[in-house]
Amino acid sequence: MPANFAFPTEAEYIRFLPETILILMGTLIMVLEGFAGDGHRKGTHKVALFGLFLAMAAACYAGSNPGPAFSDFLLVDGFGTFFRMLVLTVGILAVLCSPSYLSRERADSGEYYALILYSLVGQCILATANELIMVFIGLEISSIATYVLAGYLRDDKRNNESAIKYFLLGSFATAFLLYGVAWIYGLTGSTNLAVIRQYLQTSATADPALVGLAAGLMFVGFAFKVSAAPFQAWTPDVYQGAPAPVTAFMSAGPKAAAFAVFIRVYITAFDGIAETWLPVVWVSALATMVIGNFAALTQTNIKRVLAYSSIAHAGYVLVAVAAHSQIGTAAAMFYLASYVFMNIGAFALISHLSRQGERYVQVNDLAGLSQRQPVTAALFAIFLLSLIGVPLTGGFFGKFYIFKAALDSQLYWLTVLGLLNSAVAAYYYLRIIVVMYFHEPGHATESLEEPAAGIRVASLVAALAVVVLGVAPSLLLNVASRSSAIGR
Amino acid sequence: MPPPPPVPLVAYLTLSAILFVLGVAGFLIRKNLITMFMSIELMLNAVNLSFVSFSYHLKQTDGHLFTFFVMVVAAAEAAVGLAIILTVFKNRATLMVDEVDSLKL
Repeated sequence: MPANFAFPTEAEYIRFLPETILILMGTLIMVLEGFAGDGHRKGTHKVALFGLFLAMAAACYAGSNPGPAFSDFLLVDGFGTFFRMLVLTVGILAVLCSPSYLSRERADSGEYYALILYSLVGQCILATANELIMVFIGLEISSIATYVLAGYLRDDKRNNESAIKYFLLGSFATAFLLYGVAWIYGLTGSTNLAVIRQYLQTSATADPALVGLAAGLMFVGFAFKVSAAPFQAWTPDVYQGAPAPVTAFMSAGPKAAAFAVFIRVYITAFDGIAETWLPVVWVSALATMVIGNFAALTQTNIKRVLAYSSIAHAGYVLVAVAAHSQIGTAAAMFYLASYVFMNIGAFALISHLSRQGERYVQVNDLAGLSQRQPVTAALFAIFLLSLIGVPLTGGFFGKFYIFKAALDSQLYWLTVLGLLNSAVAAYYYLRIIVVMYFHEPGHATESLEEPAAGIRVASLVAALAVVVLGVAPSLLLNVASRSSAIGR
Repeated sequence: MPPPPPVPLVAYLTLSAILFVLGVAGFLIRKNLITMFMSIELMLNAVNLSFVSFSYHLKQTDGHLFTFFVMVVAAAEAAVGLAIILTVFKNRATLMVDEVDSLKL
């Protein structure tokens, strides 16, 4: 027991309250599941929603009294609270679009929602982790629950394949991250981000080459989790194979949390050796944008199009990381927030449009959707326009702030190449809109039922958020700028 | 007889690096899902060896504690991973990673 050991204070427990609530509610769902008869399994998502709103309130309350918790293992600050709220919002939207999908596939059960809550525990820990071992644990809690969710319909071959690929490659990448953590610990004698930062800035004993190598090993792990090049290869298969509501969840929540911890670790702990990792991030950002956008051009499956688009969007966020400034961090936060809404919205509508067994997931299956279901088509178009980055949507200001931050940091080439990339991206998003609005309705949209209430609410909320962020971006940007001062 | 000289830190780290590289090589070369999964476990255990030897070298207990966290996580991963491998085997009657390819274009 270290000399400075003290029992955690009440304030520290409150700073951990959102995670505690999520764990308790997840377990409660599992217990209720045991008592419910077969016919009564449809109400568990309400318990999950209640838990998520409670956790959100707790995250707000915890954020009102910022500070460290549990011997500096966690640090609840504006940045952490921002990402906690973001991933909990992701959880709410994902839970809303799940019940109709699950009952269509005859797979209603509580453990689905329990797993989402457990995964969010990991993501909330990631948002506030101040210590490399907490980073590892948070990443694994979030990932292990997501591996199971990806293969949730266990008799479906595509689900199996998605889960096994996600699991094997995910664990492989996490081992690299952990090896990097071990080396950082050995070289600096600590895993606390602030201590590592101080050590690297003041002491000359650590070999910079070895520290750089360890930071590189950790980059492998993070790059995998945010699907950045050259570790993006799993993304299309996993996103395509997983159930659509799960894809909505895992393309937003774990990704945002992984970016949060990536930014926090590299800006806080490795700030002193920034000149070694910034070129790596620069190259990775460019490669991620190019691979994502160009590979998306030839895809015919709409889930794969959006998977490649999500790779490209990770590239834009990496541009903000490469800017290595407080404006860059704020831009990344704003971008991730708007990305989360447009992506979840799009996947929520796909889980409605794909129908039973996900039969209709080709782009051409959307032909003439505007005539059959004008509202669905309009909402989908809003999300796609935001993904392009058209003015009056959140995606526009997201890209605008990112490239502005990049210009402020003299990253002229990256800005130019990034802008060219977003022009290329417009093609494959617009193609979907053209199919929806200008093609004759095909048999795929015949007898398409009205979207379920949950999907309607989730997509309307997401569309509203996208439009509000596009009309009044300062609402969120002010919050992001205030909370972006990490590690300084 | 004098006690033998202690094994230097470098020796442990080299062994750990060799084990880690063996794990990476096994993951990349082998095609059987279970073998690939075992390679990942080997990588995690190589990291554990690094943790304890660094911890011993630094005369701290932190590194020893971390290995327990890693073991717990590895156990959880094994439970989930083997279950996933089992469902794959049930649906396809194969454990070869090359034959799990229905999601390609």
